[in-house]
Amino acid sequence: MNLWSELFSFTNYGELLILLRNSILAGAVLGLTGGLVGVFVMARDLPFAVHGISELSFAGAAAGLLFGIGVVEGSLVGSLIAALLIGILGSRARDRNSIIAVLMPFGLGLGIVCLSLYSGRAANKFGLLTGQIVAVDNPRLLSLVVICGIVIAGLLVIWRPLMFASVDAQVAEARGVPRVALSIAFMILLGMATAVSVQIVGALLVLSILVTPAAAALRVSASPVLVPVLSTLFALTAMLGGIMLALGGSVPISPYVTTISFLIYVACRAWAGHHNQQTRSLAHRSSS
Amino acid sequence: MTIAGSQQADAGSVVPKPPILAVREAGLRFGSHTLWSHLNLHVHPGEFVAVLGPNGAGKTSLLRAVLGLQPLTAGSIELLGAPVRRGHRHVGYIPQQRLIDRGIPLRARDFIGLGLDGHRFGLPLSSRTRRRAIDAMLATIDATSFSARRIGELSGGEQQRLRIGQALIGNPRLLLCDEPLISLDLNQQRTVSSLIDASRRSRDRAVVMITHDINPILGMVDTVVYLVAGQARIGTVDEVLTTAVMSDLYQTPVDVIGARGRILVVGLPDTAHEGHEVAPEHPPEGAR
Repeated sequence: MNLWSELFSFTNYGELLILLRNSILAGAVLGLTGGLVGVFVMARDLPFAVHGISELSFAGAAAGLLFGIGVVEGSLVGSLIAALLIGILGSRARDRNSIIAVLMPFGLGLGIVCLSLYSGRAANKFGLLTGQIVAVDNPRLLSLVVICGIVIAGLLVIWRPLMFASVDAQVAEARGVPRVALSIAFMILLGMATAVSVQIVGALLVLSILVTPAAAALRVSASPVLVPVLSTLFALTAMLGGIMLALGGSVPISPYVTTISFLIYVACRAWAGHHNQQTRSLAHRSSS
Repeated sequence: MTIAGSQQADAGSVVPKPPILAVREAGLRFGSHTLWSHLNLHVHPGEFVAVLGPNGAGKTSLLRAVLGLQPLTAGSIELLGAPVRRGHRHVGYIPQQRLIDRGIPLRARDFIGLGLDGHRFGLPLSSRTRRRAIDAMLATIDATSFSARRIGELSGGEQQRLRIGQALIGNPRLLLCDEPLISLDLNQQRTVSSLIDASRRSRDRAVVMITHDINPILGMVDTVVYLVAGQARIGTVDEVLTTAVMSDLYQTPVDVIGARGRILVVGLPDTAHEGHEVAPEHPPEGAR
């Protein structure tokens, strides 16, 4: 019973909801961004890269905290450096994976050093790794909305040629698609999206917002319209649902988000498995 | 080194159409290694050119040079009377086969659509004319039955037909194919090569196809370009694929045997062994 009230508590829920208006807005914007970016993270086979970028983003944020530059600025710088390194050095999948594996522990180590030297509040330290919900003040919300706005707008502009280049880089290049420039542009957008996600859901759990919703959407559809729509819907559900549930409990927000995200994925897999079996038996029946 | 001998043959009877592709004194060198030099080739509307030669002879580099992706070290290449450039809308390209990832959120029909407008920025918008064009192409390549399937789920042969559809839907004047028949079974080879052949006859389209095996396209080819170790021979099948010419090219005694409508080259040196004419009894690696 004690554990239950630690996890879920809905007393004074209405007042809390008003108090945490900023967090809810942040969650909605983040869900929208994560759902759309995730489509290309999957199409370009970059889930591991997202994890690598988030660790360096964590290091940047920790350094920002230690040197008083600011968490937002720090995490953005860390993310962008990682994203560009991975984008430029790792154009081939094999190179990319080893570069990420090299960067990741280095970033995490750097972040831990900065955090242990930092003498401020301990809640901030933990929050960078596992996410925080209450710390979204107005300037932070503004920076988040601006960054996410840039990511979404940029993504919509390069959507079609980026998809072409993701399907078949050689044909796209032959048709005049600036393959290398698009790849770097996407890594910058991915770095920005990762940096804002790290601040809310934490460095260790970024994948649940940038990868899981798109992976779930791909299970149930292959339509170029339905996949991004579903992915965004799933990401929004996970983010907003996670915030709503986390409001009452004393546990950080991220476990709620990751759990919802995971359950959506499991449901999509199950549905796809069931659906495929049905079409297969239908095809079997009609052929026999 | 080579003269495009056969192409003047019927020039007397009809007024020759201007060539679609004009390669003049072209050479490509990487450091001290010369891939080919003094290459002269004119490709006319409706002409079917096969590029043959061992691995590393620079066949793919020749195609990339025509696509404007590989700068020459000597000579020039003109396409429809103008120097080649990247992303020419009158050129269709089918690269060496690579299976498409399941993470790509596209169905077969969307994949074909990329050939129409995949290089443009912004979001893809569906229009009636676009849908009709895609439907017609799906029917041409006999892909209507799987038009709504996920591209990454389709077999190698189905994907290859879709690649051809994607290249043809832009109505190119010149179709460049890099080993389009590799890893297809005999039946699929016939389907794919007759698709390419039919498209050049009906549209007066020129085709340049790299292949390791001339036999599936023996009845279609007008001109053979044979590249070996910096040397090139250009002419009809009967002119180039002879014991004398091939022995001279390879600098070693080679026998060319014609049997039951097929051509076999016997006694190739070890360095040129792979990626060469093989009898259909020994299908290339990855064939299903």
